[in-house]
Amino acid sequence: MDNLFTMYLYPAAIIAVKSVFLISSLLITIAFLLLADRKIWAAVQMRRGPNVVGAFGLLQSFADLLKFVLKEVIIPTKADKFVFLLAPFVTTVFAISAWAVIPFDSGIVLADINIGVLYILAISSLGVYGIIMGGWASNSKYPFLGALRSAAQMVSYEVSIGFVIITVILLSGSLNLSDIVNAQSGDYGLLNWYFIPLFPMFVVFFISALAETNRPPFDLPEAESELVAGFMVEYSSTPYLMFMLGEYVSIVLMCAFATILFLGGWHAPLPILEFIPGFFWFAIKVCFMFFMFAMVKAMVPRYRYDQLMRLGWKVFLPLSLVMVAATATFVVFFK
Amino acid sequence: MIVVSLLFYLFSFIMIASAFMVILSRNPVHSVLFLILCFFNSAGIFLILGAEFLAFILVIVYVGAVAVLFLFVVMMLDVEFKSISSSVISYLPIGMTIGVIVLAELMLVLFTWRRNYSVTDNLGSSNDSQFSNTETIGLVLYTDNILFFQLAGLILLASMIGAIVLTVNHRPSAKRQDINKQVERDAESSIENIDIKPGSGI
Repeated sequence: MDNLFTMYLYPAAIIAVKSVFLISSLLITIAFLLLADRKIWAAVQMRRGPNVVGAFGLLQSFADLLKFVLKEVIIPTKADKFVFLLAPFVTTVFAISAWAVIPFDSGIVLADINIGVLYILAISSLGVYGIIMGGWASNSKYPFLGALRSAAQMVSYEVSIGFVIITVILLSGSLNLSDIVNAQSGDYGLLNWYFIPLFPMFVVFFISALAETNRPPFDLPEAESELVAGFMVEYSSTPYLMFMLGEYVSIVLMCAFATILFLGGWHAPLPILEFIPGFFWFAIKVCFMFFMFAMVKAMVPRYRYDQLMRLGWKVFLPLSLVMVAATATFVVFFK
Repeated sequence: MIVVSLLFYLFSFIMIASAFMVILSRNPVHSVLFLILCFFNSAGIFLILGAEFLAFILVIVYVGAVAVLFLFVVMMLDVEFKSISSSVISYLPIGMTIGVIVLAELMLVLFTWRRNYSVTDNLGSSNDSQFSNTETIGLVLYTDNILFFQLAGLILLASMIGAIVLTVNHRPSAKRQDINKQVERDAESSIENIDIKPGSGI
């Protein structure tokens, strides 16, 4: 009995506490990043953005949360009730669970597994189920079209994301996220990071991440000029909130993933600055990536669907295949 | 170890139950969703065995890609659920035949089966090996079994080309959008100023 406690219950309790801490801090961060997204968007359009709740509108996201939770959940009459309510849960749970393997600083990671990259790839490829299930279960035309678009879009861009990740793995020689970050450390700081040798792949990853998370300019599953709100048309109240939450969690996840793969994770850009804790650098880089996401949303017009498919299959796929071959050649002959 | 056994029974119970639900549920979309649950639990069993690479590849390939396409196709079929249940009887003989053949084959395998410890123990990387799971699979796949690996690749390539040949159609009448042409267009090449005299038309 003692054995059971020390071997299973005690570690399980510690992991549970760590997970709760990770999830709560993640959600609070996302509340402010969501506000930042709206503020940046507003600033580009020369508006003020949310500025009523709290100083500078800082508490806007929490006011929105309260409002969403207190509203009535409306379920369409002919909807498949169980799948309809399961879909937002699937989106949110998968989006949050991917954070388990993200290393925030050297050694600060919930699960330091050997194949962290594959885990993130697997979990992020499951995000599409929330959208498909939601679109189908609503039993309505616009959500269904949105779900079909999103399924095709996410499957297409996953392919190029996979190849981009392979180039990084070839250079770092490991599937462990902490090892990938450590492979980018060195005496030259910023110059050691992979975004310099793999710059084309960094761009491909950034654009594919936009498409993978259904962000503008690739937000065709919820294009309001064509599909009202896409797969989310029939959702209201808390289920809608969970869809939005899952979307933003996976956006920030993609920012963190790009930071780890290309921007050197928790390492400082200059060797002199290494005395500042690694977590600070990690957070700064993630915020920088999120700023880029927000600027793209504010500035770039939406793609047409055939342009989206052409970009994924005819531009990114050949480009990333050539880069995989080139990187492999470099690793075999010159390293 | 008892926790591991409990997890194994949990995963395998859910797996078998969801496999039953795949064929029992009336709604084909529910069937595919149960199939996904089944894949998930088999990935869990791989994890218990220590074969984490296989587990995640299973999730990426089957759940992330294959089942999405299944769901895609099944959702677009507008199936009348009542007609399915009435036609079950007519499909019963052939279904029974296939079922009996599969059952007989399973029995044959089951009664002649001995547990091969070298396979089950090496499914996850063994503790004394200095290589991780992923490296072990790579070392076996690209050295001893390179011929089979290449053959499998060739078969997949052939089927891919076959699928493209079957679906591609070059109708000259079809209107296609050429992005380069669209970008090259400017006012000079697409707008023409014509002086029209009143009453004559163009």
